[in-house]
Amino acid sequence: MTRARQIWILIALFTGSVVVLLTMPLIGMKFTPLQAVLDPAGSGIEGEIFWRIRIPRVLAAWLAGAGLAAAGMVFQALFRNSLATPFTLGVASGAALGAALSIRFGIALSIAGISSTPLWAFAGASVSILLVYGITSGITGTRRGMNTATMLLAGVAVSFFFSSLNLFTQYISDFTHTFRIIRWLMGGVQVAGYKSILEMLPLVLGGLVITLWLTRELDILTTGEEMAAGRGVDVARTRNLLFFGSSLMVGGVVAVCGPIGFVGLMVPHICRLLVGPGHRFLAPASILAGGTFLTVCDTFARTIIAPAEIPVGVITALLGGPFFLALLIRDR
Amino acid sequence: MQWCRECTHAPHLLHFCTVYIFHLPYSIFTIPVTMKVDQRTEPVPALEIVGLSLSFGETDILKDVTFDIPRGRFLSIVGPNGAGKTTLLRCVMGVTTDWAGEVLVDGRPVGFYRRKDLARLISYVPQSDDTWFPFTGRELVMMGRYPYLSPFTPPSRTDVEVVERTLEATGTTSLADRDMRTLSGGERQKILIAGALAQEAGIMLLDEPTTFLDPRHTEEILSILADLNKSGVTVVMVTHDINHAAYYADSVTALVDGSVAFNGSSEDLMNKEVLASVYGKEFILVKHPESGKMMALPGGGQV
Repeated sequence: MTRARQIWILIALFTGSVVVLLTMPLIGMKFTPLQAVLDPAGSGIEGEIFWRIRIPRVLAAWLAGAGLAAAGMVFQALFRNSLATPFTLGVASGAALGAALSIRFGIALSIAGISSTPLWAFAGASVSILLVYGITSGITGTRRGMNTATMLLAGVAVSFFFSSLNLFTQYISDFTHTFRIIRWLMGGVQVAGYKSILEMLPLVLGGLVITLWLTRELDILTTGEEMAAGRGVDVARTRNLLFFGSSLMVGGVVAVCGPIGFVGLMVPHICRLLVGPGHRFLAPASILAGGTFLTVCDTFARTIIAPAEIPVGVITALLGGPFFLALLIRDR
Repeated sequence: MQWCRECTHAPHLLHFCTVYIFHLPYSIFTIPVTMKVDQRTEPVPALEIVGLSLSFGETDILKDVTFDIPRGRFLSIVGPNGAGKTTLLRCVMGVTTDWAGEVLVDGRPVGFYRRKDLARLISYVPQSDDTWFPFTGRELVMMGRYPYLSPFTPPSRTDVEVVERTLEATGTTSLADRDMRTLSGGERQKILIAGALAQEAGIMLLDEPTTFLDPRHTEEILSILADLNKSGVTVVMVTHDINHAAYYADSVTALVDGSVAFNGSSEDLMNKEVLASVYGKEFILVKHPESGKMMALPGGGQV
């Protein structure tokens, strides 16, 4: 893994992101011709669809993919386990419960027109990550790598617990709330305009900045907490910061797009093969690749059976399920 | 009294250090109070452990552990399983936190140092771990430079030179580009020691560095440690092998049930009564036919 190769791959991933962000909004049920987009009058229906619907949607998909991939990468380093992701650890369920509660009880106080649902999702994500980490490290200890079985079981338990609370929330909700919650739980990036982007942007960006800031600590944490302490890493502080950052990302994404699975599993793994395990390159690579991946998946989801749409979560799960099994078999 | 936390020097008005900007407030706002200069005439020990106690619930893991480790010493810590040897190191390194007592590094309490500053004074090789991300040996050794690096600057030429030098000193240059997961236990342990060495700290703590290793690797690692000690590094090694402890180290501390049961030279350890009191079993002492040093063999009818 030479330095030059790593840099070239980053450049390629960056270019890929730019190309995808520029071209995917043009694709849809009907291809939007360039002149309709650039029409200064902008009153045509095609321009309208492009600017009001497709651009926000593509942006949401990119941000969600980037955030989920980065969160997955952080969890894998903290748990020192290749199967740790926002989905398998139940963090997405926690975030979903927080968001569902805020939708149901209307505690989504909006501040300057921006909903506070992401903050509730963030709170849910924080609680579940602390739970799973506490359970796993309490049972297996932090000295050896986190035991895969314990971690997955703890994740499943937390996930089930929050999912049933989520079902309960739906049960006591009226029809419209329930429909909204169910539709959103499927995971999709069909956002309503730029407001949703504004809701998730600060959280996701905050999390990404924390992740990029702590790449060196992430490297050292993969060798174990005891070793990290010896190297001069403030383990408790770093771990809490990373939990905070990843909860921000998962909370922000889940609040707007619902729980989209497996992005945080596949993308960091493929990037590890491309640029190696060092987070200095792995983190930006995962962010760029995650964004590109989900944007492409979503374009596929909304065009394959047009005019109907598949929730993008279905596509990622179809790809991710086999991937997860393959990793499980390989790691044995 | 306020010390400069950037370079851990006593404060006075015109004091400069490398991180000048962060340091400035200290030099401006701290009045040079009458400094409590260490009055002791003998040199300050590298590590002083004073009344260290730790308990988990009802069980006492460490009970009032007190001993000094003078600078430049090669000290072995021995004792039966569960005596608290590993816990002692973990307390010093701040992995375990809620202990009582005092640990002084270069005459100042550990809590005084920032983590990165402490890592420039003490390096630590914990019991090796079996989960690994596919880092290469060189990348792992470079992690030892962490206390000298700031978040976004890549390693400097000095850092690279130090890494190459430590790889050479541990005889691991040929392993440096291999994936850590493909190395044998002995090779991996040498890389871990190289990583600790790259911290350029004056004190190195090692937790059972030779357990699970074959005789050749054991000897290689112990002679690396002996060389290190000769170059002035204070080495503290937890070990189960009494003979290694006595042969390579110049002093030995034995822990039994969380208390210091023996603290003295390695020659004094090689005594039937001492060994019996530490391990609760009989030993036979024989003279090594080549080196002439005393060796302990399990006694009491066992082979």
